[in-house]
Amino acid sequence: MSMRARVSLLTAILLTVALGAVGYVLYTRQAQAKTEAAAPKVPVREDLTALRGAPHLVFRNTALGNGYGEVAIVPLTAPDGPRALTGASCERVYATAAEAVCLTADRGIVTTYHARLLGPEWAPAPTRDLPLTGIPSRARLSRDGILVATTTFVFGDSYANPGQFSTRTVVSRTKGEVIGDIESFQLNVRGKAINAIDKNLWGVTFVDDDTFYATAASGKKTWLVRGSLSARTVTALREDAECPSLSPDGTRIAFKRHGNLPAGQWRLAVYDIATGRETLLAETRSVDDQAEWLDDRTVLYGLPRGDASSASSDIWQVPADGTGSPRPLVKDAWSPAVVR
Amino acid sequence: MYVTLRDRPGEDASPSGQAVARRVSSTVVLLGVVSLLTDVSSEMVASIMPLYLTAVIGLSPAAYGFWDGIYQGVSAVVRIAGGYAADRRQRPKLVAIIGYGVSALSRIAMLPVQGFLAITAITTADRLGKGVRTAPRDALIAASSDPRTLGRSFGVHRALDTTGAALGPLVAFTLLWAVPGSYDSVFVVSFAFAIAGLAVLVLLVPNVRTATAAARVGLRRVGRELAGRTLRRPLIASGLLGVLTVGDGFIYLSLQDRDDFAALYFPLLYVGTNAVYLSLAVPFGRLADRVGRARVLVGGHAALLLGYLLAARPSGGLATTLAVLALLGMFYAATDGVLAALMSRLVPAEARGTGIAAAQTVVALSRFAASLGFGLLWAFMGRGSALLLVAALLAAAIPVAAWLLRGIPREVPA
Repeated sequence: MSMRARVSLLTAILLTVALGAVGYVLYTRQAQAKTEAAAPKVPVREDLTALRGAPHLVFRNTALGNGYGEVAIVPLTAPDGPRALTGASCERVYATAAEAVCLTADRGIVTTYHARLLGPEWAPAPTRDLPLTGIPSRARLSRDGILVATTTFVFGDSYANPGQFSTRTVVSRTKGEVIGDIESFQLNVRGKAINAIDKNLWGVTFVDDDTFYATAASGKKTWLVRGSLSARTVTALREDAECPSLSPDGTRIAFKRHGNLPAGQWRLAVYDIATGRETLLAETRSVDDQAEWLDDRTVLYGLPRGDASSASSDIWQVPADGTGSPRPLVKDAWSPAVVR
Repeated sequence: MYVTLRDRPGEDASPSGQAVARRVSSTVVLLGVVSLLTDVSSEMVASIMPLYLTAVIGLSPAAYGFWDGIYQGVSAVVRIAGGYAADRRQRPKLVAIIGYGVSALSRIAMLPVQGFLAITAITTADRLGKGVRTAPRDALIAASSDPRTLGRSFGVHRALDTTGAALGPLVAFTLLWAVPGSYDSVFVVSFAFAIAGLAVLVLLVPNVRTATAAARVGLRRVGRELAGRTLRRPLIASGLLGVLTVGDGFIYLSLQDRDDFAALYFPLLYVGTNAVYLSLAVPFGRLADRVGRARVLVGGHAALLLGYLLAARPSGGLATTLAVLALLGMFYAATDGVLAALMSRLVPAEARGTGIAAAQTVVALSRFAASLGFGLLWAFMGRGSALLLVAALLAAAIPVAAWLLRGIPREVPA
């Protein structure tokens, strides 16, 4: 092939791939706009203040179109009915009767993240900004709203050590000091302290104003740990349990367990603290969420929609005793919190 | 820097070429462009991977790390095989095309794929491609450069290569910002860049023969070269320095432990290192040609030593963080391309691919061992003490390496 032929061929190839790539991106952009415009308006209601008086479910609205990403509220008596939008935009939200915490991501070329306390009234201006580093993952408040815990992914990239993940889990008093990253707490597994560099802690659920449960991990192992803020220690209770969630009566913990599933998949299970008995729930799909309790008999969790192109997800419910079958509770929703 | 496209490639060891010595061969620039396009492509995907895996595939942090070690080893073995195949067939371009091609195909394979294992397989294919292509590409650079300005040639190539690595994440995040949540767009555009790079390689890079000898090199011949006296010392020196080079991932973790700026902009830290690396790659390459490649290589490790000491300090701030990033960039600029330049003059042309690959493999494996070992040290001694210990060992190793590398000819241009 002559040089001229080579250069012409190269030009043709470059033009083709450039046009193809640009065309694909523009087409996707247009398709997204169309889907958004064609999305059925999610029914909304305006009685936010009245709703807050009764037991309700707080969640992130993921219905495309109006109010995408905003925190919404439905009464527990009619969870599949119209939702009230609060105006606050959050990636992850948690609320109790006394307080609400909202993890946000301000997208840009450099994305920045914030954890904000919004107070029970969903005031537009946050009552407090808490330190937050990395991609929001989990958020929890203690029942009385005095303690708040956030988990984020801090991740690195390098020439020699590709793709290493690391989490940060910060506990703070909503009206007081930032207690700090619980990763610095001493981790004890069967009486031995573990200091490995790859030690990670995430997914806190509070028992009272000192005790909490969480996930600890090192190497390929994870543990359900019980921790104390005053003693600054966490102690492993059992292996293979992530993102615990304490039941309202304080007797059981729902978590996701990996077992011998393929990497990146989990089953929901409930652990009885007194007997140590573990029950697999009827949900057979893989769940990657910190579960929430609707009441002492029912566990809630978010599941992304099956098709990869959809950014939406639904909140599902399943009995906590391993019987029954999963049923949808709220469509187009994520990050549930039950406010009683 | 004076770059010209007028040179004809393949002017290996043209002893009288006074004018040629001033220029970087067009083949080197073209290979740099190929690497730039390919690195835009691969860094685009690499930078969105953590987000993609957690947000779309739904992966917890712990699930991600498990295959780290496996592919490091595979990539190292494949690297030597790539170098040997290039030497054996005396057609490094063909082997390089296979390497770049596998990586390009792995991009488009991301589109229909669901699930963690499939993604792991595709990422591994991409790394295999990278392992295969590196040594033949460096052999091509060596074969089409004037031996006296090899350092500069590799500097030019590494600068272009790193520019691509720095642009990749920016392109990816701009795309995600323009088309939110459309990871497919990122994969398609990444594929387009990979194809463009491959096209430049196939159509424009000349098919340089690396050896004039008609006889093919056999395994025994290559093995004798590797075990021979000339290579033994530099390989030992590379390994010695390599086991004391803890990954910059650890340094970044160490920085973000005590500096909020570093923690907030964690993903940008390596962009800072890359920026320093790409701006210094050519000057340091030229310096290596003038004062000796071994000296610059050793000097780069002195910069690394300083970086350790700064990162080990109990309290830090913005200034410390920036200084550490600059030192890491200097370290890469003074070692990566310079090592390839140094090695390629020590091996006869017909075993060059294998020779370069051997040095790179020794460095990769010893650095991998360093990362494993440093992880343990960190656990036992804490961050600061572990860094100080490695710094002390490195301070002792640098003179030893300098002694091992002494007598490597300084190719001063006449």
